[in-house]
Amino acid sequence: MVISKQQILTWLEDVKDPEIPVLSLVDLGVITDVTVDKNHVRVEMTPTFVGCPAMDYMKMEVENLLKEKGVIPDVQISFKKPWSSDLISEKGKVALKKYGLAPPPSNKIFTDLEILETAICPRCDGSNTELKSPFGPTLCRALYYCHDCKEAFEQFKPL
Amino acid sequence: MNELALKELLYKMADDQLILGHRNSEWTGMGPLLEEDIAFSSMAQDKVGQSLALYTLLHQLGENEPDTVAFTRNANQFHNCVFVELPNQEYDFSLIRHFLFDTAEALRFDMLTHSSYEPLAQLATKIRGELRYHTLHANTWIKQLGSATPESIDRLQKSLEKAMPYALGIFEISPYETELISERIFEGEEKLMEKWMTKVESIISQTSLQLPDWKLVQPVMGGRFGKHSEHLQPLLDEMSEVFKIDPTAEW
Repeated sequence: MVISKQQILTWLEDVKDPEIPVLSLVDLGVITDVTVDKNHVRVEMTPTFVGCPAMDYMKMEVENLLKEKGVIPDVQISFKKPWSSDLISEKGKVALKKYGLAPPPSNKIFTDLEILETAICPRCDGSNTELKSPFGPTLCRALYYCHDCKEAFEQFKPL
Repeated sequence: MNELALKELLYKMADDQLILGHRNSEWTGMGPLLEEDIAFSSMAQDKVGQSLALYTLLHQLGENEPDTVAFTRNANQFHNCVFVELPNQEYDFSLIRHFLFDTAEALRFDMLTHSSYEPLAQLATKIRGELRYHTLHANTWIKQLGSATPESIDRLQKSLEKAMPYALGIFEISPYETELISERIFEGEEKLMEKWMTKVESIISQTSLQLPDWKLVQPVMGGRFGKHSEHLQPLLDEMSEVFKIDPTAEW
């Protein structure tokens, strides 16, 4: 059987972010390259944040999945193509919102961190919101409060 | 490429990140309010993670494994500036140090995105984005508390004066400064310090705080050459306690 790059990416849809189980690593944008040479598959991954403690775990999950599929995995962590929140797919952004996390605004309009002052509430879509802290329960999330629905929420940080 | 110069640069940056990361982590469970507890803990995680990435670059250049490097050296083998090893003290001092150090660090990584050493330039591009959150956090609180009540202004002012000689020690000249600059690995400490002073002035001028006259501040140097205060060794002993009990433990 000849394995295609697309096949690998489809398989990797099953590996989810351990902190956000609705989001696959592919949709999160941390799989930055896949090369296939016969039965040898090389996957390049990059962390969302350099200090992300889930990186080793995600790498192991990718290796295990590929082994199950009968290929010899070579999974490398690299900064060649650094992660940015713009690498989250549209599908991924929808999944985040459904999960209750405000998706990050596009990095292209994000020249200054002042954009962080407000975010769209993932529950009521209100924009009358306030940044409470740029640091949340994980490195990639910030804390907000929505004055419309009076609920706290988190945003996946733009980076 | 001058490998000795490159390694010296990587070591001092990695050691700064590791030691200040450890100090930041001492705020975990102790922060003056929950959000600050989380903020200092998150910045600790970022900094320790960034130090790991820098030690990994060193490992790729033939140095020991990151854990060995982090946990088995003595204080006189560390190249961090003395500033980062000082105890946290009150929150006002921690905040001032966070502001002064992270402003320098953000500018340093910004300069390093142009480094001729490609792996460092790539990593710097990544880290630069993360540090924007650290400087956002620092600037927000300095501006807020630096113009709030007489007590907050007085506390920050005293901490600022206490911190400044140590902050200038961040920019201690490397023995390989000429090589780093001529090989375009890094534009040099002097250039970094100039940018840093401008940035610090621009934030402090928006508060009721007063910067001391730069020329009158006597910098505390030596850290880059392994000359540390009495505070570093106890920090290292605590940080490496588990590793030393069982170096092969996994967690």
